[in-house]
Amino acid sequence: MTGLTLDLLCMQMLTGIALGSIYALLALGLCLIFGMLTVVNFAHGAFFMVGAFLGVFFLGLTGNFWFSLLLVPLITGVMGLFTERFLVRPMYGRGIDYPLLLTFGLSYVLIELTRIIFGIEGMPSITPAGLTGSVNVGFGYFPKYRLFLILATAVIILCIWLFIQKTRYGLIIKAGSRDQEILKVLGVDIAKVWLIVFAVGTAIAGLSGILASPTRSVNPEMGIPILAESFVVTVVGGMGSPVGAVVAGLLVGIVYSMTSLFAPELAELSIFVLMAVVLIIRPQGLFGKAGLMG
Amino acid sequence: MKPSPSTLANITNALARHRVLSVAIALMILPFVMPYEALAINILVFGLFAMGFNLLFGYMGMLSFGHGAFLGMGGYLTGISMVHFSLPWGVAILIGVLGAALGGLVMGFLAIRTRGIYFSMVTLALGQIIYYIFYKAESLTGGENGLRGVKVEAFSVFGFTVDFLNPVTKYYFIFLFVLAAIWFISRILNSPLGAVMEAIRENEKRAAACGFNVARTKLLVFILSAGICGLAGSLRALHLSIVPIDSLHYLQSGQAVMMSILGGMGTFFGPFIGAAVMLYLEDVITSFTTHWMLVVGLIFMFFVLFFPQGIWGSILHKLPLSKNSK
Amino acid sequence: MSRKLTNQQRRKILIGGATVASSPFWFNIAKAQSAPIKIGFPTPLTGPFSAEAQDQARAADLAIKEFNEAGGFNGRKAELLVRDDKLNPGEAATRTLELIEKDKVDYVVGSLSAATQLSINAVCKERKVIFNSISQSDAINEVKDWSIYTFHEALNPTMTAGAVARYAIPRFGKKIVFLTADYAYGHEMVRAFERAGKKMGATTLADIRHPLGAADYSAFLPRIKALNPDILVLCNFGRDLVNSAKQCTDFGLKNSMKIVTPVLLYTARQAGGPEAFEGIMGGTSYYWGLEDRIPSAKIFNDRFRKAYGGAVPSDYGALGYSGIRSILQAIKNAKSTDTPKVITALEQLKYDWYKGPEYYRKCDHQAVQSVILIDSKSKNMNDKYDVFNILQIDPISEENMRSCAELGFKV
Repeated sequence: MTGLTLDLLCMQMLTGIALGSIYALLALGLCLIFGMLTVVNFAHGAFFMVGAFLGVFFLGLTGNFWFSLLLVPLITGVMGLFTERFLVRPMYGRGIDYPLLLTFGLSYVLIELTRIIFGIEGMPSITPAGLTGSVNVGFGYFPKYRLFLILATAVIILCIWLFIQKTRYGLIIKAGSRDQEILKVLGVDIAKVWLIVFAVGTAIAGLSGILASPTRSVNPEMGIPILAESFVVTVVGGMGSPVGAVVAGLLVGIVYSMTSLFAPELAELSIFVLMAVVLIIRPQGLFGKAGLMG
Repeated sequence: MKPSPSTLANITNALARHRVLSVAIALMILPFVMPYEALAINILVFGLFAMGFNLLFGYMGMLSFGHGAFLGMGGYLTGISMVHFSLPWGVAILIGVLGAALGGLVMGFLAIRTRGIYFSMVTLALGQIIYYIFYKAESLTGGENGLRGVKVEAFSVFGFTVDFLNPVTKYYFIFLFVLAAIWFISRILNSPLGAVMEAIRENEKRAAACGFNVARTKLLVFILSAGICGLAGSLRALHLSIVPIDSLHYLQSGQAVMMSILGGMGTFFGPFIGAAVMLYLEDVITSFTTHWMLVVGLIFMFFVLFFPQGIWGSILHKLPLSKNSK
Repeated sequence: MSRKLTNQQRRKILIGGATVASSPFWFNIAKAQSAPIKIGFPTPLTGPFSAEAQDQARAADLAIKEFNEAGGFNGRKAELLVRDDKLNPGEAATRTLELIEKDKVDYVVGSLSAATQLSINAVCKERKVIFNSISQSDAINEVKDWSIYTFHEALNPTMTAGAVARYAIPRFGKKIVFLTADYAYGHEMVRAFERAGKKMGATTLADIRHPLGAADYSAFLPRIKALNPDILVLCNFGRDLVNSAKQCTDFGLKNSMKIVTPVLLYTARQAGGPEAFEGIMGGTSYYWGLEDRIPSAKIFNDRFRKAYGGAVPSDYGALGYSGIRSILQAIKNAKSTDTPKVITALEQLKYDWYKGPEYYRKCDHQAVQSVILIDSKSKNMNDKYDVFNILQIDPISEENMRSCAELGFKV
């Protein structure tokens, strides 16, 4: 291939990491919900989309990106609270398929509501002032916003990790994903934990949405392909493993990016092939526990 | 004057015992109940698709998100046989069904090794791979434009002319195939295989302990399910004169799931009812508002929340039926 | 306001249809003098192109109203039956079957994608119903899909991409890179651009294919930058165009190359905003700004403004008007609604509905028309409609189209 230089490869790698950061964050949210509640949230992509719309809306309204960045996950988190309490909770005990199907229906509803409220066209996304333009990273010019994206998701993931590892609540979440019965016996209000975890999951989805919004067009259908990609990441990483979600997210982003360099039309196919291969050879994923949901 | 409970029980029991006949009668009057025949034919096609899917989902408890691939394979293989190789429609349908069954063999073999949510994920991934393969084979499949020109020339049988341009004739022609497939499904469920299927769904480990080859049964049902969905796809190609690429997409598989749940997943005729209700509702709702997705989503959620047995499942539950019929 | 129009119409049609459908057997009496002339209009009212589709329906309705207000034909009025095909070829085929078998339409106009128009065409031609397609496709002109019942009102990629190539290459350079949506329409645009470019000595450095509907183009952009072309051609449509334009801007590609696109869609420019589209030029079938130099454009725009509260028609919307008006005029010229006579009348029709003179080429029924070359306006926009500058009008000429022989027709 002509022009294949080290600079180009590094550039492509960095692009992949930026892409993967969003995947990692999304998958982390999905993984928390699955690990704790054993619920596959089929509305995850829709919450991502809602986050993006709300982000553009508030940014346009207030002109303040940081404020929107705080507000949007709060809103999607609250939406998650209602979803868990009134829609998902009645499904417990019915088997894993039912919450999955319910959230599948929910995604339809969310997409159409967004169309009704914000219109069918979508909204032009705005890169926040101060983060526009590109910067010289040594091997080329890279958009400043995408660098911010990589740093921001790293910081957020670090905060979540600290929360899980170092706080009491995090301990409850870790224990709960291993064995819920014992937790109940120990007197923990499991219902409240489910509520919080689901809300945190959807808050993360909304946050990913607003973070991703300056890099792509914001329209009601944007969550549909993202959902499939999130599943690929979660499966490759291992369905209950937060570490797996982050590592796999970056991996999938890089695979997509590097495949785009050599065979661009196969880029989307390549991640599904990766998913199929992992599932057949090592179904629990890179970091998952064998026998989980077997 | 209300019929006495025993009369009602007698009637329903009789209908349930001769379920294929009951279904046949119901479907024969369908085109006169629906606003137009093309919708009725779509109901036939998707009803069969949902029933084929339900063999795996409702009767075996395996949720596959890749079954759209078989609907698409049946359609494309039949279409390609007719458009590129000028084969007669009978041969083309056969090729579609066998091709889809073969696809089921391959996908099933790879997917059976996983269980639960992983099974759903791997079928989704494999289904998407098949989607891309057909998408890229543009010279044969037309790629994103779909395959056009699937035409059935008018022919005579027993002095009766079958012309596809006549919507009512087309309906009954396709109805015959669908009825045959439904009868076939009924035979499977009543056979020893059907009993094993149910045993596996109830408790896989116990079934294995009893000496049944669980993996082989799963694979066999996967193949049968794929073949039936393939037939649905073949018939769809003949009906619409085209094969659209999105038949193979996981969203199409998602539709089969929704129809089965709506109708009643573990029941014989439930998926068909689910398909009929969903397609009819979509048609009616689309005429009134562009927000049909909202309505469909809400209805679906309503059913998952309050009527998990589906429409038909809930009705069956209420009816005075003897133990062995469903 | 205009939405209500379409909904009301549809409700009327549904209620009317319901009463007739309650008697399942269609009676086939000779059409009474007062029976309306029915034109089916499948278009994606839901989905990513619903804005264009609704504009098409509005403009089509305008043509119907004009016809009826002028007295119709032999006392018969025209009626538009709009149906939502959800941008889905299977649904489009079902809707077309419904329109033909249940509503007994006389003609069909519509579509907003290559796949759906081919699907509608497949159903129409088998049943010998005239179909006038109002969106782009090269495939529909080819002998494999075509039939005498097939008419193509819209431009095709050969014409648009060719015009853009002929404008851009002499001005900006000969080294070309394509960023192409990986589906038939994208490939058609590339082929057409290369066809015109070859005559001017242009070379293709790369044709980079991206998945249709890709959200993130960042993976493709470093390579494009490294190739250092004179011109980057965005061979995609609608949302894809918005996304790629935006991300090319983010990555600073505009500093080193000129970005062009064969179809610079009006709604895409409005959705993407001035910054994403700054410096980008392309082709289109229509822009309302033509009214300064073309009288029929002014008349059409004013009628549209009057009917729809000051709004102007979009590029695809105008095609809805033209597609319907041609058929209605052909009926008047043929003095009959008989399909073979209407086909002959259409083939002989010379018209100027909104953008200058046009006619249908006999071998493939392609509307021979001009291509408008535009670029995006980023400053001093008077209002939300003022988004383009007209650079040039590529005049009407069969030379810029593929020849009948090339399409597979025996001459």
